[in-house]
Amino acid sequence: MSDFTMPSLGADMDAGRLVQWKVNVGDQVTRGQVIAAVETSKAVLDVEVFEDGVVEALYVEEGTEVDVGTPLARIGDGSGTGSPGPLTEAGSGPEVSSPETAPSATVAEVTAHDTEPDKASMEHQLSPSEAGAEESVPDSQASGRVPASPAARRKAREAGVDLSDIRGSGPDGAIVLRDLKKAGGERRQVPAGGGFDREQMRATIAAAMTRSKREIPHYYLATTVDLHAAERWLADYNQHQPPANRLLLAALFMKATALALARYPELNGHYGKEGFIAAGQVNLGMAVHLRGGGLVAPAITDTDKLSLPELMQRFQDLVRRARGGGLRLSEITGGTATVTALGDRGVDTVYGVIYPPQVAMIGIGRARPRPLAVGGGVAVRLAVDLTLAADHRVCDGHLGALFLNEIEQWLQQPEAL
Amino acid sequence: MNRDELRKAVLEELSDVAPDIDMATFDDRASLQDEYDLDSMDLLNLAAAVHKRLGVNIPDQDYARMRCVADLLDYLQERA
Repeated sequence: MSDFTMPSLGADMDAGRLVQWKVNVGDQVTRGQVIAAVETSKAVLDVEVFEDGVVEALYVEEGTEVDVGTPLARIGDGSGTGSPGPLTEAGSGPEVSSPETAPSATVAEVTAHDTEPDKASMEHQLSPSEAGAEESVPDSQASGRVPASPAARRKAREAGVDLSDIRGSGPDGAIVLRDLKKAGGERRQVPAGGGFDREQMRATIAAAMTRSKREIPHYYLATTVDLHAAERWLADYNQHQPPANRLLLAALFMKATALALARYPELNGHYGKEGFIAAGQVNLGMAVHLRGGGLVAPAITDTDKLSLPELMQRFQDLVRRARGGGLRLSEITGGTATVTALGDRGVDTVYGVIYPPQVAMIGIGRARPRPLAVGGGVAVRLAVDLTLAADHRVCDGHLGALFLNEIEQWLQQPEAL
Repeated sequence: MNRDELRKAVLEELSDVAPDIDMATFDDRASLQDEYDLDSMDLLNLAAAVHKRLGVNIPDQDYARMRCVADLLDYLQERA
């Protein structure tokens, strides 16, 4: 039995709002299953559970703002179903981890909670000031009542709304907070479907980038890569494919970058309190521009092991969900290095700002025809500027140069990607 | 399919590719890339959607004909 806590939400995001439970008490869950949706300043993210088990209790109501590290639910073998108290104090009490410890607030914390489960649980139940105001378990299973989350029920009571007049969109048709808002609620809400609050998004980017520039001694490298071979290979490949199966140059850049990261682990990992820890796999993040202003950098797991068509599909899916909603929290926090590309209408060269706790940002400029020295003459070739912003605490420019050259080598043999 | 029907179909698919574009005030002559902020992946997705719906396979080298919706309609009318 253990508490499932609010996981890290990414650099400089210390809290999120639990907008929806996707499971009920008593549900069997498996590792990796999405059990809740959490709204951060950047997007509404799907949150996955890290273990197999049965949902024994849901501590936090939908609509609640929750700090990273706060217990959200209890996952056990099912024997504890029904007792409402968390193993530890929920809410914004002193047990809640500080932002500094947040990124690792998972296994270690859960284990700590496990050591004295029942004492905390009993204290919680006995304290009227804690348990009296609101019960934490959704009462959708209560018979004879319109299924609704406790928060929705309270809100409806306050607003004088009859729940039986509302169609629920929550689990099993339960009425959740957003249904009340549709029915005339007044609270500001991030637009449905992955929309975001522009001011909050700006503030979040500002916080993460300020931290990056304050803490990370960046060094920068750039090189121009001849894309002649890649362009020809791609044109030939796409010629035989319907539009739905075609590749973009971006997929080749990502694969080449992922393969180079696998070879140079000093650029692939996280820098935390104990210094740098290389990641065991390459989860390449991709900075995705959101129309209307804003940026998210979700990652693709094991990027270096995907075929180009697989990678392209994952990439398209990721961009679609980044803009339309449905990103998973693990995709936002799991990146081991990130690529930023300003696309066809961008500029020749982009120097990235590292996304902490990562240690490398690879920049891809606009691919366009340029005069290049080729075989003793000058030829007009499609070319692109690749850049690297890397963390000097972990490696030096010499290694960064080898890394950029490795990407270039891969792009010269696209058939091997 | 006449031009109005083609336009309706294309705008529906475009709206699917880029849900944030306000179709009520859509300008057929405005650049999809510069005015409506579509990137190469959006254009690829639009080409795939047009292919699926209208059966017209727009090859890579003809993407320039997708500069704006009016151009795209000209292109499709020649082929649909």
